[in-house]
Amino acid sequence: MERVPILKIGDILLVSIQVDMSDETAVALQEDLAERIVATGCHGVIIDITALDIVDSFVGRMLSTIASISRVLDAETVVVGMRPAVAITLVELGLSLNGIRTALNVERGMELIAIDRADDDHHEEWDDGPVAGATASP
Amino acid sequence: MTNGVDLGRPQAQTVGSDEDVVRVRQLVRTVAVAVRLSLVDQTKVVTAASELARNTLVYGGGGTVEVTAIDNGRRPGIKIVFVDSGPGIADLDLALTDGYTTGGGLGLGLSGARRLVDEFDIQTASGQGTRITITKWSR
Ligand SMILES: Nc1ncnc2c1ncn2[C@@H]1O[C@H](COP(=O)(O)OP(=O)(O)OP(=O)(O)O)[C@@H](O)[C@H]1O
Ligand SMILES: [Mg+2]
Repeated sequence: MERVPILKIGDILLVSIQVDMSDETAVALQEDLAERIVATGCHGVIIDITALDIVDSFVGRMLSTIASISRVLDAETVVVGMRPAVAITLVELGLSLNGIRTALNVERGMELIAIDRADDDHHEEWDDGPVAGATASP
Repeated sequence: MTNGVDLGRPQAQTVGSDEDVVRVRQLVRTVAVAVRLSLVDQTKVVTAASELARNTLVYGGGGTVEVTAIDNGRRPGIKIVFVDSGPGIADLDLALTDGYTTGGGLGLGLSGARRLVDEFDIQTASGQGTRITITKWSR
């Protein structure tokens, strides 16, 4: 069985799907990614599907599952590079890709993840409540 | 036609594994290109074929897929037949409902595939296997 390689770039895991995946390969990718997220402590996953000429219900479900798994493991997933014909077909097929964030390309995906992490950090500080002795800003 | 695709000559692919579903997609793509389907229509018919071939494998216990380049005198098209001798589908209306699944899928394969093609014919009965024929015409 072919395996889809996972690259680590800074704080992000990049998966560039270059083959017409069998269902088995898709399932293996799900598991490999979960392990890599935990092993690397990465907070972002970018799945580049530029080379995919179709996304059917199985691959669509895999993308949703990856997004859910990474969320539980404190990582954001962004799917990038969907071809226009693929998007049109997905909608007609009835796949909503619920919970999946998308961006046009890898750079935009990275920006999205960076913005997200910045927001999260902000919220975490805020959630902790005012630090003793701190004064409200004017 | 091009690419070893002859008008009216069916090309068969057995479906007995995951990799065979990949082969079905590739065969359908080749013929869809040969009959000059637009890129969007190629994508639609390959996606529909992927759904139906997976059903043939998962629910039908395997079977065969036949892909044929056709012409109705006005325009070329692609015809694909999926055959299995599995359990068949007892309640077809139910199976064709968006979201209905007995296998923990999304229940979009059959209903979605029907939307993606121009013609969709299904012959099935409980214990009689399933035979689905789809057609997509070049515009
Ligand atoms: N070839 C077949 N033989 C027997 N039953 C079938 C066959 N194809 C489909 N079915 C039945 O019809 C149901 C609906 O099929 P459909 O492809 O729409 O959904 P699914 O395969 O369950 O999920 P999805 O395709 O979205 O992953 C299946 O769950 C199965 O019970
Ligand atoms: Mg299905």
